[in-house]
This record gives sequence, C-alpha cells and structure tokens, in this order.
Amino acid sequence: MKTDELVLLLVTGVEPVERHPVGRRHALAVGIGLLGACALMLILLGLRPDLADAARLPMFWVKLAFVAALAWASLLAAMRLSRPGMGLGWVPAALVAPALAIWVLAAFVLAQAAPVEQPGLIFGATWTSCPWLIALLSVPVFVAVFWAMRGLAPTQLPLSGAAAGLLAGSLGALVYCLHCPELAAPFLGTWYLLGILIPALAGGLLGPRLLRW
Amino acid sequence: MTEQTQYDSTEERLRQSLLRGRDGDAVAYHDFLKALTVHLRAYFRRRLSAWPDEVEDLVQEALLAIHNQRQTYDAGQPLTAWVHAIAKYKLVDLLRRRAGKERLTDPLDAVPDNAAELFSTADAEAAEARRDLHKLLAQLPDRQRLPIVRTKLEGLSVAEAAMATGMSESAIKVGVHRGLKALAALIRGDK
Repeated sequence: MKTDELVLLLVTGVEPVERHPVGRRHALAVGIGLLGACALMLILLGLRPDLADAARLPMFWVKLAFVAALAWASLLAAMRLSRPGMGLGWVPAALVAPALAIWVLAAFVLAQAAPVEQPGLIFGATWTSCPWLIALLSVPVFVAVFWAMRGLAPTQLPLSGAAAGLLAGSLGALVYCLHCPELAAPFLGTWYLLGILIPALAGGLLGPRLLRW
Repeated sequence: MTEQTQYDSTEERLRQSLLRGRDGDAVAYHDFLKALTVHLRAYFRRRLSAWPDEVEDLVQEALLAIHNQRQTYDAGQPLTAWVHAIAKYKLVDLLRRRAGKERLTDPLDAVPDNAAELFSTADAEAAEARRDLHKLLAQLPDRQRLPIVRTKLEGLSVAEAAMATGMSESAIKVGVHRGLKALAALIRGDK
C-alpha cells in the first residue's frame, strides 16, 4: 500500500473523537481500582475497630492528607505521561512535597520524644506487615491504571509505569489507613512510603513490557 | 519569512487542521495527514540513513499511530512536541526491534534531535513501502476487516456498511477503531 493510499484510508469516513479520553479513562480506573482495594481490605483485613475514635485525632487526618496528596500528584503525573510530548512540569515538586512534609514532622516528633520512646515511634507495632499490605491493596488500582494507560499513548514507558505504580501505591495506602492502627509520623514517613514505593518500582520495571503500543 | 515565523505558521496551520479533523472534518484532516507525511519522511530519512529501505514503512507506522492516538493531543500543548514524541517513540521502537538482528549505533546520537526540526524540514519523495498493509489487513478477523474495507476502502457510510455487512452501526464503528489498532499491533509484530 502506498503512503498516499494509507492517508486516504485513514481520512475516509473519519468520525469525531471522544472528548477527554485521558481524564475519563483514569477516572474510571481510579474508581474501579479503589472499589477493588476497599473490598480487598474489608475481606482480608477489616476496618480498625476504633475507627470512629481515631477519626477524632488530628493525626489521623494528617495521615490521610499525606497519602491523598501523593495520590493526587501521581494521578497528575500518570495523566500527563499518557499524552505524547507533555512534560511533567511542576508535578515532580508536588510529588516530593508530601514526603518532605511528613519527614519534617517526623523529625520534629522524634526530637520531642524521650530516647526510650523513639524506636516505638519509628517501628510501631506493625512495621513488618505494613509495606506488604499496602503493596497488596495497591494491586486493583495497579491493574486498572495500567489498563487505562494501555489505551492511551505513553512514550516514556519506565517513567509512565512508575507513575502508575505510585498512584496505585498511594491509593492502596489511602485504603489501608482505614485498617491501620499506626499514627506516628516517623512510622508513616518510613513504612508507608516504603509500601507505596513497592508498586512504583514494580510499575517502572513492568512499564516497558506492558505499556508498549 | 524567517525560519521561526515559517515554523510558527506551520505549527498553527497543522494544529487547526488536526483540531478540525478531530471534530470529523475529513478535508481538514486530509490536509493535516498529507502535510505531516512529508515532515515525518524528512525526519526519519535523516535518522535512518543506514536503512533507507525502512523509511517509508516507518512513515506509515507513525501515521497509523498518530491517527489511532489523535485523541491524546491536548489542544493547549504545542503540536510539534506531540508529533515529535510519537515519531521519536516509533523510531526508537523500530531500532530496538532491529537491535536483535544486527549491531547498530544509535542514530539518535549521531543526529541532533529536537522537536522544532520536525516541521521545518520536508520530503515529498515517497519511496516504495516494503511492508504491504493490504496483506496485514487481510489477516484481521472479519468483524474488524469488513468495517475497514467497507467504510475506509470502499467509502461507504457507517449506515451503508452496516446494511452491507449485516452488522450494527456501533459494531462497524468499534470494528474500524479496533481494527486500526490491531493493524498497528501487526506492524509491531505483537501477534
């Protein structure tokens, strides 16, 4: 087939394209993925029994804000990376800011605490399971966001995969907040972040294979 | 006209054609793809100097990719950046596919690469494509092949194609859409 014929083929009977495909696909993926993560959390882990009491503590909301800010920034990154030639702009700064904020808070908390209390603030009671459970809860969003990106046009595949993984990890952590008993900033800045980075790393490694188009 | 204003006017003209084409204006869309073809050919020819035979195939692959992904262009971003990212992606993908067959030096290093160059060079001299898209088209399942043949090669409307094939109108539209994506996958050698 000559190139002119191909152009004619593509042009003939061309239909209007759908509006806002990038936002629509990602919104759908986040919605379905979150439902999946909630179902997984309720079936495997259950809500924390004292959730109503915990919700009265300011630190509970600081924790939610920390992971929600990460999720928001990684959603922006994933959406921008789904369009060819769209740079990340200021999004990397928005990604780093929540981590920096929680570390500053953690340093402040540790400095205030007596030396004997410090290990407890860092390790809590659940540090061995926390990162793995966050990674587990990230799976539904991970699958859904990779589906969303596969229908779009990411051109930087490792980076796009990592952004998708980061989004999955932070939304997994958001759902995990409803189960997790830990509230100390040093714990969040270590084990939550680690749990969020596991799917981000997996996404970066799988991106080139799964997102090719 | 200076080079910069020439470039700006190409960018704006192509951008308008693409935006109108996305709304279903076939004439504007034809102008867009025709103009893009010569820019893509010049861009690829410069970078595939070691494999001139590959140029026209890559032009066709990039055109199909641009068509399939035209909804991902954001009206607020420079069109050059969008086209360049796709062209470069397809070029690197081709080089990677070939890397298994022979050792090669990366021509992206040999030729300085910037998005602005894309719309300031043109090459209207079409070589013969080595890959025959008709043959690849014949490999598609009927539910994708028939809608493409009826609406895009024979020029029937969606309603007429639905009558001729006994498929529903939405099945015709979905078949065209998925068929062109499947065609791109066949070119990549996924299946």
